[in-house]
Amino acid sequence: MRPQPPMYIPRLWQATMAETRYGMAINRALADAMQADASVILFGEDVAAPGGPFAVTRGLLAKFGPERVRDTPISEATIAGAAVGAALGGLKPVVEIMFMDFVTLAMDALVNQAAKAHFMFGGQCSVPMVVRTPHGGGLNAGPQHSQCLEAWFAHVPGLKVVVPSNPADAYALLRAAIADPDPVVFVENKTLYSSKGELADAPQPVAIGSARIAQSGSDATIVAYGASVAAALKAAATLAAEGIAAEVIDLRSIQPWDERAVLESVAKTRRLIVAHEAVTAFGVGAEIAARISELAFGGLAAPVLRVGADFMPVPFARSLERECLPGEADIMAAVRRSLDWKPNARIKP
Amino acid sequence: MHMELNQQDLLSLYETMVLIRRSEERLSRLFADGEVPGFLHLSIGQEAVPVGICAALQAADTVASTHRGHGHALAKGVDLGGFFAEILGREEGLCRGRGGSIHVADLRVGMLGANGIVGGGLPLALGSALAHQVRRTGGVAVAFFGDGAMAEGVLHECLNLASLWKLPLIFACENNGWSEFSPLERQFAAQLGALGNAFGIPAVQVDGSDVEAVRAAANPIVALARGGGGPQILECLTHRWRGHYEGDPQKYRDAGDLADARSRDPLVMSEARIVAMGIPADRIRTLERAVEARIEAAVEAARLGREPDYAAAAADVYTQAVAGDHG
Repeated sequence: MRPQPPMYIPRLWQATMAETRYGMAINRALADAMQADASVILFGEDVAAPGGPFAVTRGLLAKFGPERVRDTPISEATIAGAAVGAALGGLKPVVEIMFMDFVTLAMDALVNQAAKAHFMFGGQCSVPMVVRTPHGGGLNAGPQHSQCLEAWFAHVPGLKVVVPSNPADAYALLRAAIADPDPVVFVENKTLYSSKGELADAPQPVAIGSARIAQSGSDATIVAYGASVAAALKAAATLAAEGIAAEVIDLRSIQPWDERAVLESVAKTRRLIVAHEAVTAFGVGAEIAARISELAFGGLAAPVLRVGADFMPVPFARSLERECLPGEADIMAAVRRSLDWKPNARIKP
Repeated sequence: MHMELNQQDLLSLYETMVLIRRSEERLSRLFADGEVPGFLHLSIGQEAVPVGICAALQAADTVASTHRGHGHALAKGVDLGGFFAEILGREEGLCRGRGGSIHVADLRVGMLGANGIVGGGLPLALGSALAHQVRRTGGVAVAFFGDGAMAEGVLHECLNLASLWKLPLIFACENNGWSEFSPLERQFAAQLGALGNAFGIPAVQVDGSDVEAVRAAANPIVALARGGGGPQILECLTHRWRGHYEGDPQKYRDAGDLADARSRDPLVMSEARIVAMGIPADRIRTLERAVEARIEAAVEAARLGREPDYAAAAADVYTQAVAGDHG
């Protein structure tokens, strides 16, 4: 299914200056980057005349013209591959893959070409390109329009991966991604496009690889990114009413990820829960759990716990999707499980 | 449509073909002696294609290559010492020993890399052409690809998009009749020219063993693309003498096919013309010996090269090293 643009246009254009919607913050970051640097160009499916399937690129064609803002045919392999070639040729392309599920069609360009050119050619060149793509469920879009595949890219040396959770970070991280000499996969969550947040007239920069403490606490650390940050904050608020002070870290970048920020928090709380919407198995949470266990095993009061989607394709029906995807309640349950952990010396296979 | 080439032009084309042929013959021996790590894919027999096409290009034009890319690299003018050092896996290599034969690249001369993925260079060349167009460099990009890549979906995407955007892109097909171990007739149901026609892209087919014919065909095509005429197809019918890779016994080819390939030797054909133009044989031999001496010097220097620097490689995963552990 490829939606007609009007179906999904969120209420981007009703926000005040102080309160900006996530999608609008991305739009502004694109416009500001294009204004600042003539080598920044955009292309992708329906990003120009239709203004993007989620209206994120609306108005940019009128502002910057058809040479720099281009609609492509439905050709994901060539969109991504052309971005590599354009980046090698002195441009800074920002391309869009309409749904993250469609990156399967662009994998050669991203994994074999973009990720490797700098290294494989002995540092002769960099590949300053950005792939914007929305992930995530919650729209009953079904198994091929709902996946969170960011762990695939974090697994590939040479790619950077960021997943902003709010408008200010979306703006700042997109500016950072466009300025970055390396290829960056910029993951947007579809359910966040219409979410609101503060965005200053002169936003503060955010470095790729730096996490943010979204809420301070001393009893347990919840690491989350993207839309899961809001769920983690809600869980923390509920737990706070019970006298449990959870610290929420918004990871913001998956590759590289802010190991130091997580370690500093865990040094304080001794308990770690990693929450994301992606499937739990072999995911970002698994990597963080392994790494923190390696670095801090003796200091942990409980094993690192993971919260993620069940191991199944994201199902369509409302009840099925709701049950499959993790939420606030799953995060709270994990925090309680961590706090209630009783050491067990015997391993029972 | 042959343009009149003077003696010097012809000699220059011949010399570059000799450089490619002798370099690959040298690599074949080095490979047999165990001095070349990994795989080696030679383009012996196909030299006229990269030489004829690159002779029609300017320094700022860009080419994306294939796994059989030594000819493209040398014809585009990559540093010979860096070329051999790379293929022998040395720090002094063009890619500091991280790529090898199948990834030889030299961005300084517009060589965007040999490529381990069949068809992988096509969208890279398209993007490079887009950069030429947007930045108004006046340059063109060439996507070299083999007949094996004609069955890759990305070729069809690229033909479509290049035509829609009127990109200064040459689709340069080296049709040697073999997709790795399988003949073209079992691999591709269409004709490249007809495919171009479907996308509104002019296509020219040329004898890819005749360097003068290739250059004569490439000149107007490159000029058209450079002048805003949009993408062009140049299909060069050529012959692969060696196996898909060095060591491939080619049991899938019959003797007649191989003999036919060898009967169309681009160097022999070119030399005959040069001799017919009155250039004495000893001048040609002198030129060849000079090329061979350059190659030997490059090989000797590469042999004396350093092992690649592991720490430097580890620091080059990203352009700027990033903090933390990444795996």
